[in-house]
Amino acid sequence: MKHMLSSALVAGFVAGLLCALLQFLLVQPEIVLAERYEAGELLHFQGLANPQDAATAADHSAHGADGHTAVVPAEEITHAHSEEATHEHGAGAGSGKNRQALTVLFAVLTYCGYGLALVAGMNLADQLGIKLGLAQGILWGLSGFLAFQMMPALGLQPDLPGTPAADFSARQVWWLATAAATVAGLWFAAYGGGIWQRAAGVVLLAAPHVWGAPEATGFGGVVPPELASAFAARSLAVGMITWAVLGGLAVTLWRSEPAS
Amino acid sequence: MNLIQTTARSNVLAQTLFVALIGLTLVFAAGFAQSQGLHDAAHDMRHSTGFPCH
Repeated sequence: MKHMLSSALVAGFVAGLLCALLQFLLVQPEIVLAERYEAGELLHFQGLANPQDAATAADHSAHGADGHTAVVPAEEITHAHSEEATHEHGAGAGSGKNRQALTVLFAVLTYCGYGLALVAGMNLADQLGIKLGLAQGILWGLSGFLAFQMMPALGLQPDLPGTPAADFSARQVWWLATAAATVAGLWFAAYGGGIWQRAAGVVLLAAPHVWGAPEATGFGGVVPPELASAFAARSLAVGMITWAVLGGLAVTLWRSEPAS
Repeated sequence: MNLIQTTARSNVLAQTLFVALIGLTLVFAAGFAQSQGLHDAAHDMRHSTGFPCH
């Protein structure tokens, strides 16, 4: 069990760091920019929504008061400082460095959690006589991505702050049900004995989407669609890369156990 | 390691389940728990990994 724990935690730690790094480069600047739209500081259709601005805002929050350039007017910079304090949902990680540190912490926690579940699943498969190599490990990682990010995103698209959405609890329940159904469905589709078990797997994969995710009542987002679509695509890509690395690392470390 | 292999199978399954539970608990705390403090701290991570956030 020690070996299961240590291989999962090391893989999760590395994957979490990678995830945080990719987020800082690709995703977080968009969240910060979206919050400025949410707070009413920026308005859709008023220009200013150029990537340069997002990058500067992120750079600014990462490095404190110095390091910003003249790309963003001074007035905007001041707003960026107070943005987290005024953000109604808190986003309350406080100042830039603190916020970055918390993202690293929670990325590591999340992927350590996923790593533990993944290695437990691999151990279970091993008990059932299913042998897993590096290729299978990566596929298991990608399956984790499907179960915990991609398939839930099919119904509940990745949303930026300031995007209207359906009832919070209903979304959480649907998300959890979809993740569970996808894990079970993938298992039966891949390892089920006989046509009926495999068919049941496919039914399980489709069921949450046939049922349907809770939907917002209308469109009313304050964030420009270009920003939202870039965020959705990038957050999914970051998740996919992270999960593939997690699966590959986890299986490699877990299998490194001496054979007897 | 020897311990694992010589232990009864049910014991191995119990350990596996235990490891899975620790993992899912971590994911739940990071992604789902609704305390304001946790929400704020995990905010960016929740958005970018697709957990329902608010």
